[in-house]
Amino acid sequence: MTPPAQTKAKVERSGQLAILRFEGDVTSTSKDAILGTYERLTPEIKEILLDFSKVQYLNSSGIALVIQLLMEAGKAQQKVQTFGLTPHFQKVFTMLGLTKYTSLHPNELAAKAAFGG
Amino acid sequence: MRGILAGIEQAATTELRLPSRLGFEKVAMSTAATVAELMGFSADRIEDLKTAVAEACINAIEHGNRLDASQTVLVILSMAENTLEVKVVDRGFGAGKKPIQAPNIDRKMHGEEDLRGMGMFLIQSLVDEAEWVSDQRGGSYARLAIHLDREKGASDDTSGPN
Repeated sequence: MTPPAQTKAKVERSGQLAILRFEGDVTSTSKDAILGTYERLTPEIKEILLDFSKVQYLNSSGIALVIQLLMEAGKAQQKVQTFGLTPHFQKVFTMLGLTKYTSLHPNELAAKAAFGG
Repeated sequence: MRGILAGIEQAATTELRLPSRLGFEKVAMSTAATVAELMGFSADRIEDLKTAVAEACINAIEHGNRLDASQTVLVILSMAENTLEVKVVDRGFGAGKKPIQAPNIDRKMHGEEDLRGMGMFLIQSLVDEAEWVSDQRGGSYARLAIHLDREKGASDDTSGPN
C-alpha cells in the first residue's frame, strides 16, 4: 500500500525567477511535489529558489529527489539557491555534497541576493 | 545534573514494533528523540540521532521487510548511564559486508551513480557507533549508539602541560 504524499508545493514567479515553496515532509513520496513542480516551470525561468522553511522532515530518498531537481536544473542552465533548511539539514546537505550545486542561505532575502541581480 | 538515568547501572529498554510501512519511521524518530532528551543529550545530537534512526528504519521497511506491512520492524532502545543504543531489526538478510562508500555528488549529478543509497552513509556519519549484523537464516539489525561523554568535547578537557 503506497502511503499518501505528504509534501505540498507552490510556485511563485517573478520574471526569470521562480520560488518553489515546499511544506510538510520530503520523502520518497514527494516526487510530484519536488520534480513535478519543477517540470511544470516554463522555459523562461533561469533562477530558482528552493524554500524549505516549512519542511519538518527530509530523508535520504527525498534528498535524492532534490538532487534530481538539481541535475535537471543544471542541464537547463538554471541557477538554484536554497533557503530555510534547519541547521541540522544544512549539515546533512553539506555532508552529501549538495552545496556544490546549490548554496544554502538562512533566509529568502539572502538567497535572492545570491543571484546577484 | 545528568539525565534521568543517572545512577542507573543496568540498561533500561524501550521496544517498538512498527508495521513495515513508510512513514512509521517517524514513530521511532520521536521515541528515540524523547529518550535521548531524557538522558540529557543536546538538541544537535538528538537531531542527528533522529535522522540516523529514520534511515535505519526506512532500510528495514524497504529492504529488510520489502514493504510488507504485515511484517514488523522491531526497534529496541537500550539506555545506560552514558549510552543510548538503538537496534532496528528486520527479517531480511542484511546489506552484506560491503564497505559504506560516501556518496559522490558529482557522479550522481552526471547520472553515473544511483541517486539513492545515501542512508547508510548518513547513519554512520551521524552517530558514534553504527554496525550492521545479519543472520544467514534471515533476520538482521542495524545497531546505532550515541554516547553522552562524546558531547562534552573540549569543555571538559582538563589535559594540560605536566
